[in-house]
Amino acid sequence: MKGEIYRVAGPVVTIRGIRPKMYDVVHVGHEGLMGEVIRIQGDKATVQVYEDTSGIRPGEPVVNTGMSLSVELGPGLLESIYDGIQRPLRVLQEKMGDFIQRGVTANGLDRERVWEFKPIAKNGDSVKGGDVLGLVQETENIEHKIMVPPTVSGTISEIKSGSFKVDETICVLASGTEISMMQKWPVRKPRPVGKKLMPNRPLITGQRILDGLFPVAKGGTAAIPGPFGSGKTVTQQQLAKWSDTDIVVYIGCGERGNEMADVLNEFPELQDPKTGRPLMERTVLIANTSNMPVAAREASVYTGITIAEYYRDMGYDVSLMADSTSRWAEAMREISSRLEEMPGEEGYPAYLSARLSEFYERAGYVRTLEGKEGSITVIGAVSPPGGDFSEPVTQNTLRIVKVFWALDAKLAQRRHFPSINWLTSYSLYTQGLADWFTENVAPDWVPLRDHAMDLLQQEAELQEIVQLVGSDALPEDQQIVLEIARMIREYFLQQNAFHPVDTYCPFDKQYKLLKAISKYGEMATAALESGIPMKDILSVESKDELAKVKFEEDFQSALDTVMTKMDKEFAQLGGK
Amino acid sequence: MTKEYKTITEISGPLVFLEKTEPVGYGELVLINLPDGTTKRGQVLDTSADLVAVQVFEGTGGLNEESGVVFTGETIKLPVSKDMLGRILSGSGEPLDGGPRIIPEDRVDVNGASMNPYSRMPPEDFIQTGISTIDGTNTLVRGQKLPIFSGSGLPHNEIALQIARQAKVPGSTEEFAVVFAAMGITSEEAQYFMEDFEKTGALERAVVFLNLADDPAVERLITPRMALTAAEYLAYEHDMHVLVILTDITNYCEALRQMGAAREEVPGRRGYPGYMYTDLASLYERAGVIKGRKGSVTQFSILTMPGDDITHPIPDLSGYITEGQIVVSRELHRKGIYPPINVLPSLSRLMNSGIGAGKTRDDHKAVSDQMYAAYAEGRDLRGLVAIVGKEALSERDQRILEFADLFEDRFVRQGRDEDRTIEDTLNVSWSILAELPEALLTRVDNKYIQKYHPAHKGK
Repeated sequence: MKGEIYRVAGPVVTIRGIRPKMYDVVHVGHEGLMGEVIRIQGDKATVQVYEDTSGIRPGEPVVNTGMSLSVELGPGLLESIYDGIQRPLRVLQEKMGDFIQRGVTANGLDRERVWEFKPIAKNGDSVKGGDVLGLVQETENIEHKIMVPPTVSGTISEIKSGSFKVDETICVLASGTEISMMQKWPVRKPRPVGKKLMPNRPLITGQRILDGLFPVAKGGTAAIPGPFGSGKTVTQQQLAKWSDTDIVVYIGCGERGNEMADVLNEFPELQDPKTGRPLMERTVLIANTSNMPVAAREASVYTGITIAEYYRDMGYDVSLMADSTSRWAEAMREISSRLEEMPGEEGYPAYLSARLSEFYERAGYVRTLEGKEGSITVIGAVSPPGGDFSEPVTQNTLRIVKVFWALDAKLAQRRHFPSINWLTSYSLYTQGLADWFTENVAPDWVPLRDHAMDLLQQEAELQEIVQLVGSDALPEDQQIVLEIARMIREYFLQQNAFHPVDTYCPFDKQYKLLKAISKYGEMATAALESGIPMKDILSVESKDELAKVKFEEDFQSALDTVMTKMDKEFAQLGGK
Repeated sequence: MTKEYKTITEISGPLVFLEKTEPVGYGELVLINLPDGTTKRGQVLDTSADLVAVQVFEGTGGLNEESGVVFTGETIKLPVSKDMLGRILSGSGEPLDGGPRIIPEDRVDVNGASMNPYSRMPPEDFIQTGISTIDGTNTLVRGQKLPIFSGSGLPHNEIALQIARQAKVPGSTEEFAVVFAAMGITSEEAQYFMEDFEKTGALERAVVFLNLADDPAVERLITPRMALTAAEYLAYEHDMHVLVILTDITNYCEALRQMGAAREEVPGRRGYPGYMYTDLASLYERAGVIKGRKGSVTQFSILTMPGDDITHPIPDLSGYITEGQIVVSRELHRKGIYPPINVLPSLSRLMNSGIGAGKTRDDHKAVSDQMYAAYAEGRDLRGLVAIVGKEALSERDQRILEFADLFEDRFVRQGRDEDRTIEDTLNVSWSILAELPEALLTRVDNKYIQKYHPAHKGK
C-alpha cells in the first residue's frame, strides 16, 4: 500500500493516502527514510522520521511496513555498537564512510555470521514462551540461550544441531511454526516475565561511596543527577566498567561524540575484573550523539532496554546505563512541540512523567517465564538545567527511582571525585540489603557504615560553627570528629577513576579501609580521654600514611604496615 | 528549476509564506527577486502540498507580494576551496574584501552530516596556548570544543586572539588554519579582530566570515554553519589542523529565539526554542578528529553569559554539549588580573587524555589537582577571613590563604603577549606550590616532589 507525503517540517512529516496503525514503521520519500507513526488525524498521519529530512518534498511516496519499531534479538548483540534504531555503526561506516548519510538500512544482527547451536530441548518436548531450546557460545564467557519467543508455544517436531545463520530455522513445532535463533520484539512493549521479585542482592560496583554508603540492589533503579562538569559520565562509565553484572547495556543518548569515541576505544581494551576478558564481550553499546537525528534519540532508550530484557529473560543480571535521560526527555519535548501539542511544565509534554515511569518500571528482579531469576538494574543520568534539581525531569525521576546519587559541582571544583554529595544522596535499599552485607562483607559492616554516616552528618553541623568561629574554638573531642570525618571523605570517599589500582575497590578492601579509619578514631578518642594533647594525636604519622594505602598494588601489606605503625605510635603517646 | 512563483500570501518578520504549484523540498535554498531588481536568499522551513514557509536570510525589507520566488531544488551549499584562506566573506559566504568570487573545488551542504561516532578518534594531542590557566589546569586538545564563558565588558576577545596567535602543537610542523565566524558582533569588535589578524600575519592562514550587528539576524543562523563547513573541508580534505572561533554564540541563540517567535512556536525555557539543545549540538559537535585522516577541527567559541549567569539556558545547554568551558571572571578582572580566568568553574573534559608523560610532563595531573584543591580551599578561607579576621586562622589555613593570592598573582596573571611553554607553566606551578608546607601536598606523589619540588630538585 502506498501513500504520499503531504507536509515536511523538520523531523516531523505528515503523510496521507494510507491508513497506518499507531507506531507503525513507515518508509518515507524516494530514499525510504525510516519513521514511526505518532499521530493519526482523519486521513492524515504524522510520522517522526529517524533521519534528516532536508530536500524531501511533498508528493514523494510513503510505504507502510505494518510493523512497529522492533529490534532484532539473537546471538551477535554483544560487542555491537548501534545507533538509536539498532543500526550497527560499524556497518554504517563501511556503507557510507565517516559521516552518517541517510536512507541506509542495516540489519541489527549480521545475517552472514554462523553460530554453533547446541540443542538442549528434544523432539517431542512441549515448550512455551521463554523456554530454552539450545545454547550458543556468544563470547568467551557468555552463553547465549536461544529461547522460544514469548508468544509461541507447542510441541517440538524437529530440532537441529550444528552451524546456522541467525535467520535459519533451528526448530520446528508440531503446528508448523519455525523458530530461528533471531526473534524480533517491538521496543515500546515490555517483554513478559513470570513474576517480579523483591531485590535483595546489591550491585557491586567497586566504587566506595556507591557500594559503601548508597548501594543499589540488582534489579533496582538509580538516578545520577548533576550539573555539567560534575562527573556524571565518568560515574556512568565506571559503573559500566566495574559492575558485577553479566551483561551491560550502555546507552549514550544525545551525548558528546568525542566521549562516545572514548568509550568505543576504551571498552574493547579494558578487562573484566572477574573473567579477565575484554569488557566489550559482555557489553552492548548504543550511541546516539547529540547531533544525530532527534527521533532516533527518543527511540534509543527503548532499543536499549529491550535488549536488556532479552538477556534478563535468559536468567542473566543485566545493568543498563542511560546517559542521559534528560536528553531523551528533551527529544520528547522537541517532537511534542513540533506536533504543536499543549505543553506541560517547562514545555515538556504532559506525558513526560508517564513515559519516565514506564521506562524505569522495566527494571526489576524477576522470575523469568522459564522460572529462572534474572534482573535489570537501570541507572539513569539526569542533566538538570543549571544544576537545578527542581526541574521536571529530575523531579519526575526522583519520584520513581529508589537510589539517588546527587552530584555536586562544588565537590567537583575541589577535585573531590566521585563528586557525589554524601548528605543529599540516599538509597532506599540499605535496609533491604543489610542482611546480605552482614553475611557477605562483615558482621560489623552495617554499624561501621552507619557510624561513618553519622560522623559525616556531625561534621556538616560542626562546619557551620567552624565557618563562624574557626576550628580552634571547638572542644577537642569535636576537633577529633572533624578530623575523622575528613579522613572518611579524603581516604574513603574520594576515589580516583583514572588510577589503575584505585579505580576498582573490592568490598573487602572497602571494609578494611573504613575499619582502619574507624580504628584511628577509637584510639584517638581513647588517647584524648587519657589526657594526651590533641596536637600529638593529630600529628600521628601513620594517620597521614593511611591516605595513600588505597593506591597500593599490595593493599593488604601496605595497610598492615601502617596499622602496625599506628599501634606503635599510640603506644608511645601513652608512654610519654 | 527556473520557474518563478509570484504567489506570496503573507510576509511576517523574516518569514514569507506562499502558495505554490509544485512540490518543494524541505530545507531547499530559495532565491527571491525583488521588484527593485535585488535578490535575497532564503530557506524552506515548512513545506506542504498547499503552503510553503520560507525564512529569508537578508531580511524581508522591500519584499512585497509582487516579488518572485525561485526554488533552486537544492539545499544551501558553500563553494569551498583552499583559496578561501586569507579571504573575508559575509555571513552568507559572499566576498566582502573586494576580491574575486571563490572558484570552488567543491560545493558542500552547509548543514554537514553527523560524524559516525565509530569513525571518531578520541582527541589526545595537546595544544599549547601559552596561557597557564588553560595549558596547566584546563588543557585544550586537538578536536576538542572548549568555549569561553564570559560576560559583557570582559576581555574575552583578547583571550581568543591571544590563543589564535599562540596556539600550537609543540614539536609539530603540520599546517594550521583559523576559521573565524563573527555572529552579530559590532563592527568595532570586528575591526579589532581584523586588525590583529593583519598585524600578526594570521590573516593569510585564516578564513573570516562576518555577520555584524546590523546584518540580518536570520543570516546568523547560517554563518556558523558556513564557517564549520569551510573548516571541515580544510581539515578533512586538505589535512589542516583548523581552529574555529565562533563569536558570539549568545547572538546566535538570540537569532534562534527570534526565528522561533516569528514561527509562533511553543517556547521553552526563557523563550528559547525547545530544540535549542539539538540545534547547538549540530554546531558544537562539528569538531573532532577522524580515524585515518590527518586534519582536525578544534572549536574555541565565545559565549557571553547574560547577567554573568552560568545557569542561563545558553551557557547551560552549551556546557552540556561542549567538552568543558573556560570561565572568565569579573572579580579577577576587577582585581586587574589578565587573563581573568577563574579555574574553579572552568573545566576541560579531555584534559586527562592530553597530558602526562610523553605529552606534557609526568607530574602535570598531580600538580593541577593539587593547585585546584588548594586554591578552592584558599578562596573559601577568604570568606572566613572576612568574618573572623586573618589572625583567627590556624597556621595551616594562613598558608593556604597566601597560596590563593600567589596563585592568582603568579600563575593566573600573565602578559597579553606572554607565550608560556608548558614547561614554564609547570615550573611556575611548582614555585608557588613550594610555598605550601610539604605535608599539605597530599595529591602529589612523593616521586614528583623529589623530582620537581624546588627544595629537592637536582639534589
